[in-house]
Amino acid sequence: MNLLIAEDSHGDRMILATLLRRLGHQVYEASDGLEAVAMFVKLEPDIVLMDALMPTMSGMDAARRIKALAGTRFVPVIFITSLASEREQARCLEAGGDDFLLKPYSRVILEAKISAYSRMLNLHRSVMQQRDQIRTQNEQMLSEQRLARRVFDNVAHTGCLDASNIRYHASPLSIFNGDVLFAAERPGGGTLIFMGDFTGHGLPAAIGAMPVAEVFYGMAAKGFGAADLLTEINQKLRNILPVGMFCCGALFEADGKQGSIRVWNGGLPDGWLVRANGERVAIPSMHLPLGVQPPERFDVTMELFPAATGDYVVLMTDGFPESCDAQGERFGEDSVRQVLEGLDAGDHPFDALMARLQAFTGHPDPADDMTLCCLEVGIGGGVTDVAESTPESALSGSGSWHCVYEVRDRALADFNPLPLLLHICMEVPGLRRKSGDVYTILSELYSNALEHGVLKLSSEWKKTAEGFSLYYEERMRRLSDTQGHYVRFTLDHEPRVEAGRLRIRCEDSGQGFERQENTMGARAASVHEYAGRGMGILKRLAKEVSICGSGNCIEIVYDWEFPAQGATSQ
Amino acid sequence: MNDIPRLDEEALAELQDVMEDEFGVLIETYLADSRTRISGLKEAADTGDAERLRKAAHSLKGSCINIGVPKLGNLCFELEVLGSEGRLEGAERLLTAVEQEFEEVARELENFNQ
Repeated sequence: MNLLIAEDSHGDRMILATLLRRLGHQVYEASDGLEAVAMFVKLEPDIVLMDALMPTMSGMDAARRIKALAGTRFVPVIFITSLASEREQARCLEAGGDDFLLKPYSRVILEAKISAYSRMLNLHRSVMQQRDQIRTQNEQMLSEQRLARRVFDNVAHTGCLDASNIRYHASPLSIFNGDVLFAAERPGGGTLIFMGDFTGHGLPAAIGAMPVAEVFYGMAAKGFGAADLLTEINQKLRNILPVGMFCCGALFEADGKQGSIRVWNGGLPDGWLVRANGERVAIPSMHLPLGVQPPERFDVTMELFPAATGDYVVLMTDGFPESCDAQGERFGEDSVRQVLEGLDAGDHPFDALMARLQAFTGHPDPADDMTLCCLEVGIGGGVTDVAESTPESALSGSGSWHCVYEVRDRALADFNPLPLLLHICMEVPGLRRKSGDVYTILSELYSNALEHGVLKLSSEWKKTAEGFSLYYEERMRRLSDTQGHYVRFTLDHEPRVEAGRLRIRCEDSGQGFERQENTMGARAASVHEYAGRGMGILKRLAKEVSICGSGNCIEIVYDWEFPAQGATSQ
Repeated sequence: MNDIPRLDEEALAELQDVMEDEFGVLIETYLADSRTRISGLKEAADTGDAERLRKAAHSLKGSCINIGVPKLGNLCFELEVLGSEGRLEGAERLLTAVEQEFEEVARELENFNQ
């Protein structure tokens, strides 16, 4: 070790220096306090041995200076003294001294003390090294998290979370607390929102979020519905997550157009439907979290609610009710209920909940691991062209083709052919920009063919609350017996110069309009509905719409063209 | 007081062992150092500077103990006490004793060093 001794008596200094050198140490010698401080700065010794009484600068003053210069570095200062009073010894320690060495020097004591301080120095150094290592690792982790966040944001962009009808709070680094929030417009209109809360924290929680984001945005853009998304997310998570890790989540599907919303809640706190008329409906978790059940046992049944413009849906992760005040008391789900019950007309549930939480915790910033989302039904809905966000495939498909696709029997009850049909159409490069139009046309045709043609349901029922339930119960019942029925799509596409024409013919096994004389009411309602809402949309989007056969077949012609150079599809 | 030996032969032998060839230099250094300090003691006593007397006596005491000269060390301690109590009347007598003892020590150490 490197030792500095400061002693004004030459003889004493010689003895001490010789003793220490014979113990194998490098020794620097100073003859007064000022010289000792200067040598300390220049030579950075490990230990300082110093006479308390020296000319120019006393040992005590020098000790204070040396300790201040050393900063966080531990430099033991040992005072050398001949028998002195207790008061003087205490003053030495007050000046920052660590120990005493009494004259006459004992070789044995000197060696024992130096090796004791050597051990202490090594311990201190390893503690300091570990501290620096932890600091470096922490900085590295934070920079990696920022980088990971950028990658994650490219996959799990916020979608349409910034739409005017959605309000939400999510911590910027919430992904590393396991919270995720995604929102997407469906190709034919309507909104999908997924909120998830993975078990655990940090990287393991974040990793599971990536495939969920891919599935969510990928499938939503392709026209898949909530049930398909849930099935896929559950299966994917079950395959990739280790046992004991899962994702509590809720998927919410709003279709302002049809006046209904569907919610699936698996493990999140109660969601809420806050109706404009003052009614509050809890949407409790009815399922196990995602990633737990095998596909064959996974239940995608969604809670269905009629909803009207001005209704709100509120979803939250458990970080919200579990936020604590200064005394460690939890906010609680009862408080959420009270806030929502106490809302006045015109109050936004999001603002009310955030304000109450802030007042409760006393902190201006909410905890990192809480996510709250609130959607206002029926605003900002309508047909949206999602072409801009649909990634262009590098492969270009054929422009001239013909295809017939028939869904029949049991498949009518549990298969959704729309994503497949949309996918086929999207193989035409120019048509990709029109995915919203095409999806809307296909879904209008299919739901009319299925619900009114095959199942003979009347939209008239949906206009009252009782009718709404009746409609969906009846739909469910009739779907269980679709043997012998079919819905057949015939698609033709022909390219034109910088444009193309898509013909879609949709035919069902129902009786159409003509032969429904025995069910006049239903027919009239059906025709009304067709001529009203459905037909209106089709006529607006398509160049030609014609009803053929006995009314069980509709044919539409849809023309598209490449936008003029420089213009966008919007 | 008379039973305190002039030289601690055991301590000196140990020092000789530690210092090896340097022992002679150490003795010369000690003696030169001590002469300087004794004249410092006298100055302090002449000017009536009790604090300076205390410090100088304390330092010389330390050197004496270290090198193995306990009797002179003890005289220094008595001077140190006078200094710290601010009583300089007895200093003159003690200083003479210190000077006499030092001359004896110097002579005996030179012999020891032979």
